[in-house]
Amino acid sequence: MYAQMIKSTGKGVKTLDEMDPQERAFQERIDAGGKIEPRDWMPAGYRKNLIRQIGQHAHSEIVGQLPEGNWITRAPTLERKAILLAKVQDEAGHGLYLYCAAETLGITRDEMFEALHEGRMKYSSIFNYPTLTWADMGAVGWLVDGAAIMNQVPLQRTSYGPYARAMVRICKEESFHQRQGFDIMMKMCNGTDAQKKMAQDALNRMWYPSLMMFGPSDKDSVHSEQSMAWKIKMNTNDELRQKFVDQTVPQAEYLGLTVPDDKLSWNEEKGGYDFSEPDWSEFFDVLAGNGPCNQERLQTRKDAWESGQWVRDGMLAHAAKKRAAKLAAE
Amino acid sequence: MAEPKRTGEWPLFEVFIRGQHGLSHRHVGSLHAPDAEMAVKNARDVYTRRNEGVSIWVVEAQAIHASAPGDKEALYDPSNDKVYRHPTFFDVPDEVGHM
Repeated sequence: MYAQMIKSTGKGVKTLDEMDPQERAFQERIDAGGKIEPRDWMPAGYRKNLIRQIGQHAHSEIVGQLPEGNWITRAPTLERKAILLAKVQDEAGHGLYLYCAAETLGITRDEMFEALHEGRMKYSSIFNYPTLTWADMGAVGWLVDGAAIMNQVPLQRTSYGPYARAMVRICKEESFHQRQGFDIMMKMCNGTDAQKKMAQDALNRMWYPSLMMFGPSDKDSVHSEQSMAWKIKMNTNDELRQKFVDQTVPQAEYLGLTVPDDKLSWNEEKGGYDFSEPDWSEFFDVLAGNGPCNQERLQTRKDAWESGQWVRDGMLAHAAKKRAAKLAAE
Repeated sequence: MAEPKRTGEWPLFEVFIRGQHGLSHRHVGSLHAPDAEMAVKNARDVYTRRNEGVSIWVVEAQAIHASAPGDKEALYDPSNDKVYRHPTFFDVPDEVGHM
């Protein structure tokens, strides 16, 4: 998802009997649907995992602004431009909510930025793909935000209070993102042949990268079990991917577009679609830093951070000066 | 060459918003800002993009004093055995009507 391949620090899930009283009380509180708050006791592994997961999620929101920011100045109408601008601004807000949630666990924002810039923390693989045409703005909203919603809605019930509350705010805003994307797709699919072709091309390129967002298949996802016991992961990767495909295929049909998968077929027995897995070697390659845009995205982030340093310094200096003047006047 | 020294992060502020319907200010989240004035401006951008509020409070996070999670039992358990504090503890005869 926005947080893929989070490495767990635990060594398999302990049973309640194997836990010491403190940890047992913690697990029982989670099992009963209780929330963990910043100053509560928590196992070191829970804290560490959450920092990685929320941090990666936050980084994804921030880096996720870049592929769409690319099209703000080239939006086809003033209305589309205003809508896209509002969406990208929302993503910045989502990043902020999440950084704040991670900070309650005892990491600073600067430390998280540093880890991102040095490649020690990741962001979602999806943002390492380019956005080549205006139709990609439609496909990103429809598919990428659609996939994000699949994951984020259940996370509103996650065990860590600040994370759950950030998710509630994010989910409220996310549905606008998906709808504006679908609206672009509808417009293009009802347009000229060239526009329709552009929409199909965007779907062709974004389909498998969107399926990859949910992370590797459950059988290869070794860290899921502990995260699910801690309720910082609510569904398995395969469950969410299936749900996403089942929801999205009829929408593609409505648009008159073809999902780029020969094996796609309705399976009456399981009540869902059978579909082809994405190319997982490509996924691991992109995560390793070799996607089409990895270098460009990270460099843009670093440049923004470094060339903004004088602004941050200047504002702090200005605040100190104002404080001093106010004290002198008193 | 040595790394340029960071001058440090902007302080953390907690943000409280009062909605349109006359309820009290409610905690909505936090943000970093160089001072309170900028914190209000940033809070407006981050937390009121969709008519969420008509008034913003910001408080520097380090100025907040909170109860300790470990004191939960001492603080809140005593109220559990004082059911008479709730009006439903008392039976009002039907003849008396609404009270």
